[in-house]
Amino acid sequence: MSHLVYRKERVDRGIKVRSDDIFILASLRDLSYATLPKTLAIVILLLFPLLKDLVGTYWESVLVTTIVISLLALSWDLLASAGLVSLGQALFFGVGSYLTGWLSRTFALTPIMSIPLATLVGALLTTLILYPVLRLRGIYFGLITFALPLLLSRVIEVTKILGGTEGLNKIPPLPNLTTELYILIVVLLVCIYAYRRLITSDYGLVLQAVRDNDRAVMAAGFDIQRLKAQAVFLAALPATFAGAFLTHHFQVVGMQSFALDYSILPLTSVIVGGAGTFFGSVLGAFIMIPLSEFLREFASLRVVIYSLLLLIFAIGLPEGIFHFIRRRYQQFERMTALEGESDKRGK
Amino acid sequence: MANEPILRIVGLTKSFGGEKAADNISFELVPGQALGIIGPNGSGKSTLINLITGFVKPTAGQIFFKGKNITGIAPHKAVDLGITRSFQMSRPFYNLPVFKNLIIPLSSPRARRSRGGKYGDRDETAIHLLEEVGFERDSQVPYKDAGALPHGYLKRLELARCLSLEPEMLILDELFSGMSMSEIASVIPLLEKIKEDGCTLVMVEHRLTELFRIIDKVIVLNFGQKIAEGKPSDVMKQEAVMKAYLGSEVVESA
Ligand SMILES: Nc1ncnc2c1ncn2[C@@H]1O[C@H](COP(=O)(O)OP(=O)(O)O)[C@@H](O)[C@H]1O
Ligand SMILES: [Mg+2]
Repeated sequence: MSHLVYRKERVDRGIKVRSDDIFILASLRDLSYATLPKTLAIVILLLFPLLKDLVGTYWESVLVTTIVISLLALSWDLLASAGLVSLGQALFFGVGSYLTGWLSRTFALTPIMSIPLATLVGALLTTLILYPVLRLRGIYFGLITFALPLLLSRVIEVTKILGGTEGLNKIPPLPNLTTELYILIVVLLVCIYAYRRLITSDYGLVLQAVRDNDRAVMAAGFDIQRLKAQAVFLAALPATFAGAFLTHHFQVVGMQSFALDYSILPLTSVIVGGAGTFFGSVLGAFIMIPLSEFLREFASLRVVIYSLLLLIFAIGLPEGIFHFIRRRYQQFERMTALEGESDKRGK
Repeated sequence: MANEPILRIVGLTKSFGGEKAADNISFELVPGQALGIIGPNGSGKSTLINLITGFVKPTAGQIFFKGKNITGIAPHKAVDLGITRSFQMSRPFYNLPVFKNLIIPLSSPRARRSRGGKYGDRDETAIHLLEEVGFERDSQVPYKDAGALPHGYLKRLELARCLSLEPEMLILDELFSGMSMSEIASVIPLLEKIKEDGCTLVMVEHRLTELFRIIDKVIVLNFGQKIAEGKPSDVMKQEAVMKAYLGSEVVESA
């Protein structure tokens, strides 16, 4: 009675009680608490291109890469929601890259035409390419996606089509870096929003059900092969866009568009940020890509440090940084008497 | 009964390796009839269901549904035709609330065609279906995660999942197993009503007493072969049936 032992306790805030598109919020304070992180992130993102003189073009172009990898990671996350684990995001990236290159060289299209066209046709094409292997589950699907970009770059090398090892150059440029950044930022935000809407819809529920129990989805009367193909198409869009966009950014396209980087970097982003929320995979990219640029100073040690950090993240926070931060943010700490005598709020 | 059969099965055979899980099975079923399929464990009852619903492709033989040859049909196409099945081992979407489990079949092509309904409306339909299979009205159970459901509730969720597709032929694989006596008693009137509404029923069951209250005709399987067919009371008197059941653990009839 006289000697109470206190213990820290974490309690959920009464916010973010989200049930089917309706926010049940207690007060304006809770509302701001729930929307603050998103608003802040969007504002910083939108301001960044304006700070060119402050941050320098180098870090502005790092943002280009970061958003490109974010789009590939988002694409990965949607595929994974439907149970398709891709180890070859470079496939989408490369197909989008070469398509826009070929379109602008062959038909003298401007980027405004060739990027959307390459995005759509590229998504369609990759869906067709992957259609026969959609039946494969888990690691088998992953292995095929891993091999396909490597295979395609070999085909280009051997047959010397699409410029062979030289690639295609003199691809029409985009206006300027600031415009490029705003296009990318808008596409990124639209993509996050659209994917979040999609996955919380009934259709999204069905896609996730394919991942969890495909037998039950078949028994409900769905053609799961078709659902998976639709998921691939929807997931391919931001990835083929990313490829097409970067092609115009660099004004060349070559075999490096199918490089391992575009398969691995989105994957590390998702591992670090956490899968399943789309926010997580983007956050992961925004941590890992600038970090890897920063590590350039360490020259050959770069890969070692990068791998070590990845390992630490994967083991220390297997759920991903995003889930961790979100949980922390939504809870507050208080002290509880162990005897259960009375609650005393700490902080 | 001069009715055209809704289901006609001719010489259906399925071999797994060397073993025949279905061995030259033939029978017919008229619309609105309720058929029971019984037999010892491993006699091929679930395999027969898998064959009819397209989850397993036959080695030989044909299946006709409403005169149409549906041998080796894709499972989702069978559902589209009105054939709905439950699974012996019901695996719900554990991390979804119970009622959300029904959103998946409710947004399938067949349900959308027959029920219409948009996002949001479906929640209400789902809750309604759960009440129909005996989830207590106004309880919190439909909003809990399906992973937390006791076995009997899971079976009823499985039944609700089937009903959400408004089947013409409903195939239930051991619906009663895992249910308590009172749960079975509460489901029987519903099955009788489904039958009255004109739905053709096919039930695989070990609970013979309860099964015989519902069905018009029974088929007995043993080692993949049909060893008897007819009215339940007649069939159970046959020597071959008694032999098949003797010594197996399913002599149980409460
Ligand atoms: N997918 C399968 N692969 C191999 N053998 C199977 C498969 N499904 C069923 N069997 C075999 O077929 C026989 C009948 O099984 P089943 O139809 O499940 O029997 P029941 O439902 O009557 O208990 C069993 O011997 C079982 O081992
Ligand atoms: Mg069985």
